[in-house]
Amino acid sequence: MPEFNWPESDRRWRIGKHRTRVDGPDKSCGAAEFTYDVKLFGMLYARMLPCPHARARVISVDTSAAEAMKGVHAVRVIQGPGTEIKWAADDIVAVAAETEEIAGDAVNAIKVDYEVLEHFVFEEHLDKAPEVNPAQEQTTGEPAQAFSDAKAQSEGYYGCGVVSHACHESHGHVAHWTDEEHLTVFSSTQAVTGLVGQFSEALEIPAANVRIICQNMGGGFGSKFSADRWGIECARLARQTKRPVKLMLERGPELQIAGGRPSTFARVKTAVDADGNLTGWDSKSWGTGGPSGTGSPPLPYVFEVPNRKHQHSSVPANIGPSRAWRAPNHPQACFVTMTALEDMAATIEMDPLDFFLKNISLTGVRAESYAEELKLGAQMMGWKRKWKPRGQNGDGPVKRGLGLSLHTWGGRGHQSNCEVLIHPDGSAEARVASQDLGTGTRTVIATVLAETFGLRVRDVTVRIGDSRFPASGASGGSTTVGGVSSSTRRGAINALEILLQKVAPELGVAPEELEAVRGRIRVKASPNRYLTWKQATGQLGVNPISAAGSNPGPGKLIDSGVAGIQMADVSVDIETGITKINKMVAIQDCGLIIDMLTAKSQVYGALTMGISYALCEERIMDPVTGRLLNDDMEFYKLPGIGDIGDLIVHMMTGPGYDERGVIGLGEPPVISPGAAISNAVANAIGVRVPYLPLTPDRVLEALEKGGAA
Amino acid sequence: MNRFQYASPVTKESAVELLGSGAVVLAGGTDLLSLMKADVASPDLVVNIKEIAELKGLEHSEGSGLRIGALVTIDELLQDSRVQEEYPSLIQAADGIRSAQIRSVGTVAGDLCQRPRCWYYRHGYGLLAMQNGSSMVVDGDNRYHAILGNGGPAYFVNPSSFAPSLIALGASLKVSGPNGEKEISVADFFQTPQSEAEKEYKLSDSEIVTQILVPAAGGKANATYEIREKEALDWPLAAAAVSLVMQGDQVESAKVVLGHVAPVPWNSDEAAAALKGKAVSASVADDAGKAAVQQAKALSRNKFKIQLARVAVKRAILRAAGMEV
Ligand SMILES: Cc1cc2nc3c(=O)[nH]c(=O)nc-3n(C[C@H](O)[C@H](O)[C@H](O)COP(=O)(O)OP(=O)(O)OC[C@H]3O[C@@H](n4cnc5c(N)ncnc54)[C@H](O)[C@@H]3O)c2cc1C
Repeated sequence: MPEFNWPESDRRWRIGKHRTRVDGPDKSCGAAEFTYDVKLFGMLYARMLPCPHARARVISVDTSAAEAMKGVHAVRVIQGPGTEIKWAADDIVAVAAETEEIAGDAVNAIKVDYEVLEHFVFEEHLDKAPEVNPAQEQTTGEPAQAFSDAKAQSEGYYGCGVVSHACHESHGHVAHWTDEEHLTVFSSTQAVTGLVGQFSEALEIPAANVRIICQNMGGGFGSKFSADRWGIECARLARQTKRPVKLMLERGPELQIAGGRPSTFARVKTAVDADGNLTGWDSKSWGTGGPSGTGSPPLPYVFEVPNRKHQHSSVPANIGPSRAWRAPNHPQACFVTMTALEDMAATIEMDPLDFFLKNISLTGVRAESYAEELKLGAQMMGWKRKWKPRGQNGDGPVKRGLGLSLHTWGGRGHQSNCEVLIHPDGSAEARVASQDLGTGTRTVIATVLAETFGLRVRDVTVRIGDSRFPASGASGGSTTVGGVSSSTRRGAINALEILLQKVAPELGVAPEELEAVRGRIRVKASPNRYLTWKQATGQLGVNPISAAGSNPGPGKLIDSGVAGIQMADVSVDIETGITKINKMVAIQDCGLIIDMLTAKSQVYGALTMGISYALCEERIMDPVTGRLLNDDMEFYKLPGIGDIGDLIVHMMTGPGYDERGVIGLGEPPVISPGAAISNAVANAIGVRVPYLPLTPDRVLEALEKGGAA
Repeated sequence: MNRFQYASPVTKESAVELLGSGAVVLAGGTDLLSLMKADVASPDLVVNIKEIAELKGLEHSEGSGLRIGALVTIDELLQDSRVQEEYPSLIQAADGIRSAQIRSVGTVAGDLCQRPRCWYYRHGYGLLAMQNGSSMVVDGDNRYHAILGNGGPAYFVNPSSFAPSLIALGASLKVSGPNGEKEISVADFFQTPQSEAEKEYKLSDSEIVTQILVPAAGGKANATYEIREKEALDWPLAAAAVSLVMQGDQVESAKVVLGHVAPVPWNSDEAAAALKGKAVSASVADDAGKAAVQQAKALSRNKFKIQLARVAVKRAILRAAGMEV
């Protein structure tokens, strides 16, 4: 059996280099087809009628006018009389029609009577919640003792509201019955393989008859693992009308019902001893993720304070149900913890960098990485030169401040299968039923394949996004890069092994004495004895080599657990409350990096998304109707290029990192921005703004309360 | 979106003839199309005015100043070197309107005639958003709503970035209608509707704006200052435009007009009075800012806008006077 490992650093020609995406040109010139672009012959368009109330009972549904409209092919009641609707914009009826416009007119012609029920959408006010699910409590050590022995204590209140996933490509599918028993679905999904079972079960056809296709998709961030009720309805409409049907959510519903990140509010107390060692933590948190509330964020985050107590209450609210949002629960936990720690550092008049370093051993196994990253980050930020205690950040209205944070994530590669083909003409191909969320999965697979075969990346072909290929895991939790790179590596090593066995006799050596490098199969000991790749594959005869690779599998190719730190430099205008990002520094490890540019891009994207939820992005619920008021891209505010400042990304590589193997990177860098930016704002203006996003009204209110305005 | 008829006349007379109840003017469409898609506007007839040659172009003349045709885009205005020289206030207003796409399609006249961005209005609850006799704005989330002129029943804010600047510069509009042409000052063009039947500007269903006339700046110092949360497409939280006639280093007379704070562009005589006869300084400008918001009243969620309006006025004055903001 061949050995399964990654090449040593001096033998990596492709891995770890800066490569532009293999699908970059297609995407930038518009040639890449997204589900939104799919247009099949005879295709109908579906639209759904959203419920205008946050809580209501459906009394009656009259679809007769819609059904009578010319061009309307099917009308399906999704939630009929008697159903209790628990959030606004939930789908009531679906319509399929010749054009989107007719479908829209038909939806407008449907009459629904509701009994409007009391709703609850402001979970920040815990005392006003009609239902609070009992607090879970966890205690370690002797927190009460730690607080009574403390040299200093700090207390604070912190909160971040619900944000939507706000995917550029909305959720949706195109369902196409190729005959009465066979369904093909084009999906904007994070789970090509996983969707097969969901559709087959709901539509009662064998899983073998379902095919899912997703060649390109415009973002999921954790919100696209499900076929969703609208996906199943889309397939039912297609079955009923015997026509392909496209159902993509409109922007309003997309922001309301297709995913949100749960809110977290917390009261926190911390304690230190005379040397500034953290000794005590006490937190009470609550939050909502919709009608079923939400679980507890992991508090305290990363820092295992020796004596700690945490209680969490889950608050059901009438908003669209939450979905996994990039690093579920971590951004909230990180925000609450790192702000509370920064407040403590300010209380004992210590530079938070020193305070974090002093307590770094509480971060556990990755403490050394954190310390190394903090020191490096401090250099790149010019921290020691620029940092000043709170309240000493300039005389004019614009105050400058620095803040920091750190985070962790697992990111172990998921189950993945890959088929690798080497064709007699020399072309090489990997097939995996994975998906590229825009993260660079195609590029990663191509890089691994090319590296293993000693070819150029452009010489290999990657086929993904089709459930007919070997099954591969859903892209969630930063598990894809580890999964697909290791299944591809193993498949490629297996395929190469077969090729080497085939050509070894001609080169007169045993297969183990051969290697594939620079387009050649050559003898390791005498590199001038070789066959070109094409000469070698030319000996295959008619059939290609087909070999399989899986994860998990033999050899250590992946690992789990990363450390990352981030620092923010902001300017806050205390007359207007407006915060501008000057610079952010992100230092991140993720084991062996397959493609440096792809990895860095992941971090740039995460910083941008983080700046967004730190400064402007939030769901604004209407007290009157319980609806989302900012269900558009005008008031659901996202930053643009002019709003994100200078982003500096540094990836930790080399000894201590590379030999761990591949670890996921999608989640970690999005965890810290909220905390780092909030800390920088507190440092700049001298008071804590307790909420994210840090909008001008909140900054001005905090200044007024803090007496600093 | 409802079904509608479409016409594309080539003269303003035929446009006026086509217009009337149920008809609507289409210029760049950057606002009208969103209103139609949201079923907030459901016209029977859409009259495209972009083929009317005489509505195009921008002209300067020594005596009468600047004439902006109704089809001049925000970008055309922004690129004009004489506008840049004489009316920095207009340039600063134009520059804030984001996305190059909006600026190159949206017209300056359309900016004045665009409908309010109030989220209750845009969700189909009506311009006044009254439900069971009470205002949804007052009971609901009003963080972006009016702090001045908000005695009710209107609480939305005028969305136009150009209106404050044009009013401060003393501009007027030429309007064509069934009874011929008329001129109306931009200040008088806007009104606070008292009922759902009224609009927020005085233009009947059969009238179109044909030109914007801006008097020669004649050395008047002018500036706009907008307070924006972000640089990407967004609306100012508060804005102010000022125009100053100077006598030596003293303000002989001033116009101070606030934007995004009231159902109409808000002319502040109080702020103007605070400047009269004074040399501009940070504290004089701040006094004018305070005077501008003296009558302001916060709704439940928008107290911060009072502070922002005050700062916008102060900074617009300092900017007009060429002082550091
Ligand atoms: C994302 C975004 C951000 C924006 N940010 C800002 C901003 O910060 N500040 C700001 O001021 N604006 C902003 N705008 C608004 C933009 O400036 C206006 O939409 C644009 O100027 C309208 O011009 P238009 O030619 O496209 O008008 P249209 O959409 O064609 O028309 C708008 C309205 O005016 C009427 N109308 C147009 N021309 C005439 C005329 N000649 N006579 C009579 N009626 C007429 C139409 O019937 C319609 O009701 C923004 C818009 C968007 C979409």
